[in-house]
Amino acid sequence: MATVPMEHGLILAALIFALGFVGVLVRRNIVFMLMSIEIMLNAVGIAFVVAGARWAQPDGQVMFIFILTMAAAEVSVGLALVIQLYHNLKTLDVDAADSMKG
Amino acid sequence: MNLLFYLSSLVAVIATVQVITRTNAVHALLYLIVSLLAVALIFFALGASFVAALEVIIYAGAIMVLFIFVIMMLNLGGQAAKQETQLLTPGIWIGPSALILVLAAELIYLFAIGQEQLSAGTEVSPKEIGIALFGPYVIGVELASMLLLSGLVGAYHLGRPHRHGKDKRSDS
Repeated sequence: MATVPMEHGLILAALIFALGFVGVLVRRNIVFMLMSIEIMLNAVGIAFVVAGARWAQPDGQVMFIFILTMAAAEVSVGLALVIQLYHNLKTLDVDAADSMKG
Repeated sequence: MNLLFYLSSLVAVIATVQVITRTNAVHALLYLIVSLLAVALIFFALGASFVAALEVIIYAGAIMVLFIFVIMMLNLGGQAAKQETQLLTPGIWIGPSALILVLAAELIYLFAIGQEQLSAGTEVSPKEIGIALFGPYVIGVELASMLLLSGLVGAYHLGRPHRHGKDKRSDS
């Protein structure tokens, strides 16, 4: 039974990371930008799990669990910020929030 | 087993491209959930079954529910009703459904071939992960708990209605 080469898994992770990066750069809707950040975090997780599977060690999966925890904390704070932005500016366009107060 | 990996990768990449090109947030979320489920199958194909389960439960379950809540909260009445009727037209759900059917076929194939040749990589059992997590990585677990607590406090603080909070503070 042949196994999947590690390079293919890393290429997949790089591809998905690049897609998420393009999403952050191109979209101006803050909900889409948050989704793209989730995609990028997920791609990093794929890279960790692929490397962990390559050497048959649990460390890759342990790092993925930490990334999962971080993503959960990040998305809860991020979505609270989205709600605040919408209440204050009545829009989800990040370019509307280009000036600081004080 | 290799075919499973490449097919899931294809589904994941197609769904991710759809996520960053949709204009409607709910459609993008549908594709994002498909993408996360495809990644879960990739993990399963690599022999990381515990992490595959976590991906489905936490990413595709909990985090996506948060996104859906916020998007539904931000929608205004008439526009939301129009969207509901739009959601029932086939053009919108046929894409995610087709991709998810591919994943379902892979899952049925997995159950059909049985236990003995289940993974392309070497299987790392949840027991080993638990031993590593609470052995050398125990400081990371402590830090993660602090991070989650600060995330909870931060989300509560930011999510309060703005004017309301100020009025209450000046009253008391």
